Amino acid sequence: MLANYGYKDGSGEYFITIDTDACLQCGARPCVDACPARLLEIIEDDYEDDVAAIREEARNKLKYACAPCKPVSDRLPLPCVEACPARAIEHSW
Amino acid sequence: MITAGIDVGAKWVKVVLLRDGEIIGRGRELTGFEQKESASKALAAALQEAELQETHIDRTVATGAGRNDAPGNPIELTEVTAAAIGAVHVDGSARTVIDVGAEEGRAVRTSEDGKVVDFAVNEKCAAGSGAFTEAMARALETPVEQIGALSLESSQAIPMNAQCAVFAESEVVSLLHAKTPKADIARAVHDAIANRIVSMARKVGINEEVVVIGGVARNVGFIDSVERELELKVKVPEDPEYVSALGAALHAANTEA
Amino acid sequence: MGEQEYWRWTEHRHHEESINPKDGEIVAAGIDVGSVSSQAVIMVDSQLYAFSSMRTGSDSPESASKALAWALEGTDLSTEDLDCVVGTGYGRVNIPFADKAITEIACHARGGNFMYGPSVRTILDMGGQDCKIIRCDEKGKVGAFLMNDKCAAGTGRGMEVFADLLAVPIEQVGELSFEVDEEPDPVSSTCVVFAKSEATGLMRQGWPKSKVLAAYCSAMAHRVVTLIERLGIEKEFAITGGIAKNPGVVKRLEQELGVEALKPRHDTQIAGALGGALFATALVKKGKGRKKK
Repeated sequence: MLANYGYKDGSGEYFITIDTDACLQCGARPCVDACPARLLEIIEDDYEDDVAAIREEARNKLKYACAPCKPVSDRLPLPCVEACPARAIEHSW
Repeated sequence: MITAGIDVGAKWVKVVLLRDGEIIGRGRELTGFEQKESASKALAAALQEAELQETHIDRTVATGAGRNDAPGNPIELTEVTAAAIGAVHVDGSARTVIDVGAEEGRAVRTSEDGKVVDFAVNEKCAAGSGAFTEAMARALETPVEQIGALSLESSQAIPMNAQCAVFAESEVVSLLHAKTPKADIARAVHDAIANRIVSMARKVGINEEVVVIGGVARNVGFIDSVERELELKVKVPEDPEYVSALGAALHAANTEA
Repeated sequence: MGEQEYWRWTEHRHHEESINPKDGEIVAAGIDVGSVSSQAVIMVDSQLYAFSSMRTGSDSPESASKALAWALEGTDLSTEDLDCVVGTGYGRVNIPFADKAITEIACHARGGNFMYGPSVRTILDMGGQDCKIIRCDEKGKVGAFLMNDKCAAGTGRGMEVFADLLAVPIEQVGELSFEVDEEPDPVSSTCVVFAKSEATGLMRQGWPKSKVLAAYCSAMAHRVVTLIERLGIEKEFAITGGIAKNPGVVKRLEQELGVEALKPRHDTQIAGALGGALFATALVKKGKGRKKK
């Protein structure tokens, strides 16, 4: 399943997509610790699988929550994206 | 040399007249729906203060969202540049400028001569601008000029979950319904918008001194929340809403003909 | 808000006289408590038996109880007869009497699959304070989803603000938006707050209400289309939630997408609760229902 967390508002679209089928193949879930703002957590989804998700309280603030990893200049690869061995995490901005 | 800086903002038009680097007149007018007219009125008010006629102005630079409605066919300047020039002029130590207006917020990192190094803009979403505090002030049935002071009377921090001005208004109504003290709600409102503005500022990097300008800088509650979020004291120049118009007027004076 | 509450839509309930719940083996309920509206659906052996749709009050558990009680009103059933209750929606975690909580995404997919049939693959739900796009399979299992509950644009609340601004009862907004000679450009602001100022400006310029509504519905439709395109649209396409009742947005959306939505045969606001009731039914079949008294 492709889970898109985030939102679109007047200023743009900010979505983090987690491919939960790919996520299932990973045991260690290094993404959780990789995020400096600790935005990721492991949840049991509606189909009883344990998968990574964006914390509920962060979903509506993604533009702001992810801002420290997205400076205007000299942006480095995103830690969450790099940490995932299954390349299950994608950012739309 | 006499120059004019006209900042046609979403809510207010601000005008600054300069003669040889000194401010000789200022004027402002509510932008309203007749932008061109309001801009002319603001200019007229500044001219009256300076006891001058429009023909005395050597060069005009306009900035702000409505800058192409400024009178006199002026040179146009982006808000980001105008903010940087103006802020560094009034405070030579400014290196990060946070400018929050009625409908837009921006953060600019500047060099010591007022040049823009990096910038980030929060636009087209009321939650990142003065429109948010105005809407919340209405929901709290408190004049927007008093909402800042009210928030300073808060005795506890409460969360504000809604990130949208429309949803936040409903949230405020629910909080009031649950008998939450207005001061605490006001503080939550300011913390919420400060969090958004500071996150945006972090994208350009925070370099001291941090100077806050724009109409919302007058809001003491907002400034308090920003300082707590940044863990830094910030500087707010006198008449912060005129700083961009000043920047425009300075640019007019410094540009080659 | 003025003497008349323009945002107020009709609350209602219904039950099927032709079904006798006492003859049924599994009586399951789904309760969907949203920030704006609450629905309760009762199913008997996977057949839709009764439902209610009402405005959510200030208290989630209370709204859930009220919605359920209203759905049961006039039937021979009481809450004791329910084999399983699934809660969903914005306040789903706040339904103390629910046996399980399931996300609105999964419930809407399941409910949409029931309401529109196994051919449905893309569901758009525009609720009171959110907008969801769901891709599902023939069984109503979610393959992809996107939920936007941060921004009022593209939600029922956004439309309510406009109905109020223009003093047009919300149930008439759609129809009125078509009383224009020529379709105007959409309002340029996505943000409801700024769109409101823009609309006020347009009215001062002499635009009639119908034209302003057309411009706003158009902007809403466009906004939603960009979100749908993020997931990709696969036919069949169906719309649930209150907005499905607003042709002003639905028709413009279909036009821009180039895809027609399936015509609803049920009240589109009950999709979430219906899905919940289906999940509840499945739980009973797996032996996870309440004990029968």
